[in-house]
Amino acid sequence: MKSDHICLDEKQISELLDKIAAQITASVPQNESVALVGIRSRGEVLAQRLHKILQEKWSCEIDRGVLDITLYRDDLNQAGKPQPLVRSTEINFDIDDRVIVLVDDVLNTGRSVRAALDALIDLGRPQAIHLAVLIDRGSRELPIRPDFVGKNLEVPREKKVQVYLREVDDKEVVVVE
Amino acid sequence: MPQETADKAGLKSAQSKIKQKFTWHRKHLLSLQDLTQEELVHILDTAEGFMEVSRRSIKKAPALRGKVVVNLFFEDSTRTRNSFTLAASRLSADVLEFTAKGSSISKGETLRDTARNLEAMGIDIVVIRHNAGGAPHLLSDCIDACVINAGDGYHEHPTQGLLDIFTMRQLRQDIRGLKVAIVGDIAHSRVARSNIWGLHTLGAQVYLVGPPTLMPSAVKQLPVTVCHDFDEIIGEMDVLNMLRVQFERIGSSVFPSVLEYARLFGLTVERMKHARPDVIVMHPGPINRGLELESEVADGPNSTVLRQVSNGLAVRMAVLFLVNQAANLKKKTDK
Repeated sequence: MKSDHICLDEKQISELLDKIAAQITASVPQNESVALVGIRSRGEVLAQRLHKILQEKWSCEIDRGVLDITLYRDDLNQAGKPQPLVRSTEINFDIDDRVIVLVDDVLNTGRSVRAALDALIDLGRPQAIHLAVLIDRGSRELPIRPDFVGKNLEVPREKKVQVYLREVDDKEVVVVE
Repeated sequence: MPQETADKAGLKSAQSKIKQKFTWHRKHLLSLQDLTQEELVHILDTAEGFMEVSRRSIKKAPALRGKVVVNLFFEDSTRTRNSFTLAASRLSADVLEFTAKGSSISKGETLRDTARNLEAMGIDIVVIRHNAGGAPHLLSDCIDACVINAGDGYHEHPTQGLLDIFTMRQLRQDIRGLKVAIVGDIAHSRVARSNIWGLHTLGAQVYLVGPPTLMPSAVKQLPVTVCHDFDEIIGEMDVLNMLRVQFERIGSSVFPSVLEYARLFGLTVERMKHARPDVIVMHPGPINRGLELESEVADGPNSTVLRQVSNGLAVRMAVLFLVNQAANLKKKTDK
């Protein structure tokens, strides 16, 4: 861990979430068509936090769900790749005609988001899908772009941006590994 | 559940799930006897993840897209075969059906040759049911594809055992210490054997109930308690897994009459009065109504027969998915 560079602490993460919430509030119509969907696993945590922030400001109910993209990954049949664990998607509402805000921690190659889009389309036909990410670190391999970004980070390709969140890790920090 | 509690529960499960890092290594699923506790739990957890796919409007996930699954069934079967076919289709795999009748087998082709010929067409997973115990094992030695045992002779029926255990876990959460009675023709039951090994590894207490003539001769080597009087133990059991009576055996020297069997070992409404009110009643199907189970019991609130069928789909999807993952691990990079 010595070579890790801590670039965001707990307070900064919280500020970024407030910033994203403000961006969403400014761009998306505040009505019941909006729903937050977090991409497992840390996207799920961030979606929950965002939901809490937004729900305090908005007067209407915002639905929230969790998306598991394991079955839609494009690297499932590649030799030697690490095995992801299949967990379930939990979206208990109809997504037809809804405005879905996908939430993830780090946007990198864009492949996770591609998988999430495919997974969502199999569940219904949303009116629109927006993307909110805590960190956009570039290095895109697919033409995917976020709508709401906490922070842009310029990170060399071989380094990894890792977000740790208190609910699922034992710390709250963003590091470059 | 109030939103806060639901959130905490959800996050806790997310937490425990992030920390787990288990790699599935088995390219074949031949028996439950081979599996460790960790491996068993991993299949069950994976199956849990697949339950949701069957609840959507588009019941498909692309995980096995472009893969070919062959159902190689040398014994008649509709439900198991259909279950595997549907499971493979839900994962977007292509399915080939190969039944023994009217096939090259009737022309005298050996198992090895049949499999090798199929493999030459480019198949990834073979699901095999055969009347000779050990046939799936033989197959796994002579082809490169993944092999899943869908029932071999009297030996094992691993996916049935898994879906039975999955059903028990769904309703009781913890398998450890669970008292499970398997009732019927144990000697000729591969379902019983798979149940026994899986349950034993997970810490359940298994009781075999049936007439002495239908108990396997080597029963003393199995980690079970044998009982010939159903009424004696029914009150203590958490689960009653009723096996199908095979009619060829009734009316033979092994068992004199259908009526006698039903009286002694059938699960009647009367017998149910002595069981725990929340006892789980299971049956692998097809049910001989009035024999192993009285109709009211088969259709009653304790019966999980239909649930077993839906769980069977999720379990088979999980098994297909996992063996494919293991095959990927072992793949050599093409150059």
